[in-house]
Amino acid sequence: MTDAADPLAREIRGPSPQQMLKSRALSHKGLIFGMSVVVLLVLVALLAPVLAPHDPYEQSLMTRMVPPVFMGGTWEHPLGTDHLGRDYLSRLIYGARVSLMIGAIAALISGVIGTAMGVAAGYFGGKVDAFVMFLINVRLAMPVVLVALAVVAILGGSLTVVICVLGLLLWDRFAVVMRASTLQISRRDYIAAAQVIGASTPRILLTEIMPNVVNNLIVIVTLEMAHAILLEAALSFLGLGVQPPTPSWGLMVSEGKNMMLFEPWLVLIPGVVLFVLVLAINLMGDGLRDVTAPEGRS
Amino acid sequence: MLTFILKRLGLALLVAFTVSFISFSLLFLSGDPAAALAGETASGEDVEALRRLYGFDRPMLVQYGEWLFSALRGDFGESYYFKLPVASLIADRLQITMTLGVCGIVFALVTAVPLGVVAAIRPNSLIDRVALFLSVAGQAMPSFWFGLILIVVFAIQLGWLPPSGAASWKHFIMPTIVLGYYAMPAIMRLTRAGMLDVLNSDFIRTARAKGAGETRVLFKHALRNAIIPVVSLAAVQMGFMLGGSIVVESVFALHGAGYLAWESIARNDLPTVQALILVFSMFYIVFTFIADVLNAWLDPRMRSA
Repeated sequence: MTDAADPLAREIRGPSPQQMLKSRALSHKGLIFGMSVVVLLVLVALLAPVLAPHDPYEQSLMTRMVPPVFMGGTWEHPLGTDHLGRDYLSRLIYGARVSLMIGAIAALISGVIGTAMGVAAGYFGGKVDAFVMFLINVRLAMPVVLVALAVVAILGGSLTVVICVLGLLLWDRFAVVMRASTLQISRRDYIAAAQVIGASTPRILLTEIMPNVVNNLIVIVTLEMAHAILLEAALSFLGLGVQPPTPSWGLMVSEGKNMMLFEPWLVLIPGVVLFVLVLAINLMGDGLRDVTAPEGRS
Repeated sequence: MLTFILKRLGLALLVAFTVSFISFSLLFLSGDPAAALAGETASGEDVEALRRLYGFDRPMLVQYGEWLFSALRGDFGESYYFKLPVASLIADRLQITMTLGVCGIVFALVTAVPLGVVAAIRPNSLIDRVALFLSVAGQAMPSFWFGLILIVVFAIQLGWLPPSGAASWKHFIMPTIVLGYYAMPAIMRLTRAGMLDVLNSDFIRTARAKGAGETRVLFKHALRNAIIPVVSLAAVQMGFMLGGSIVVESVFALHGAGYLAWESIARNDLPTVQALILVFSMFYIVFTFIADVLNAWLDPRMRSA
């Protein structure tokens, strides 16, 4: 095992898989861009109390709808104020918390449900597989926006309800992808070998299957997180998601809609931020797929 | 082929049955629909009277059975808010939603398929990169926001199109674009991947070797095969789109079935919401069934699945 120090041996063997992964990641522009934006916005969300110039809930009837700096406003309110005189930049910063939290937790819940279903279907096959496929079909037939709106309306719009509803609705892609990946892996010889030496089923699932499907899982987590963020914004925009005065970007677009004719920036700014966040998460997901599975690149 | 259709039909019916049960029971989530209907200020007697009137005092399964049997006959009860039969209410509004859905999918197909074909003929060219960028950006754009921006630019600033309503074909232009762009990325990617795959296959080389013209090779031989999965994707997307029309219709104040859904959810109109969830699910189930049958007909290899 001394050949690691031998430059000749290293040259023959070439770079290690980790080194190749790292160099592929660093040369992938979409991944770098997406990841930087996501990290930046996560930091903004975490540091919201430090970064926000004002209290996002503080109303001021004297300074309503002050335009942003680039439209003739002052630095007191860099992005202006809304119809209740609340500082727009501060609301945007706190809104990042709402979006990221909903996206992350909803993706986590649906990820656990979907992965359990998909891995079970792929590994056990037969009746389990048929049942899971049936559940996926049922889930896909339900109109997501409509069902989510109806449930939120019945249970009341709070952050917890929105997160749970989205988490319980968005597991379909996890199940489909995890089923396909598991199916592929469970036909390999080393799974048969593990079965032959008497490894228990949970052990095979956790130590043989999971490590080999986790790359695909991470990609779906990012894509579903983006999906959940967009859905939350749409629900809040329709007035049946996160309720005022909580700063949600979708809600901000909805509140600005009535003043859209005279103050288009009220709608423009939260929409652009939402677009950038979702774009960055999607680019990160696509990038991760390219980097971790270069052979599957199209 | 017949066995395949029968099997697939059985599955569709089973899914439809399950969905009907879920959409019915969803509205019992609140615990007491009568109390929700009566509102917070109602007295105990009022709630009790409503419970009797609508039959909420009976076991849920009995209510479900009754609801399902009337639904099968096309009777979804009466809307609490509009005081009209739900079935005729939805039938009236579906026309707008169907028009929008068909326009949306046609828009998505006529823009995404050519883009995908050109991107596949010249991989990594400028057009390919632009198409890829459009598909990534399209997926990230919130549709309600895209709709509002179109209204600001084309209705308010330029004054070319009416901002809302459904009076003429002009009213449908912006909603069509907003509904259709969402399906574009998936259709484009699938067309591109399918074309790339087909163009590398042996029979294309044979066709070229025989001296067939490039246009003939591309359209007669390649596109014909690459388009098969796109057909079924389009049918599935159409089902999704009808469900997604709720956002678009509320942005453009188009009084279709999606708008009706939003109105009735906001007004606690349970029978209408139940019926709409079921109707939108049925569309999806019918469209995916058609897609699978079409696929099996176009590509016999699919029939074993």
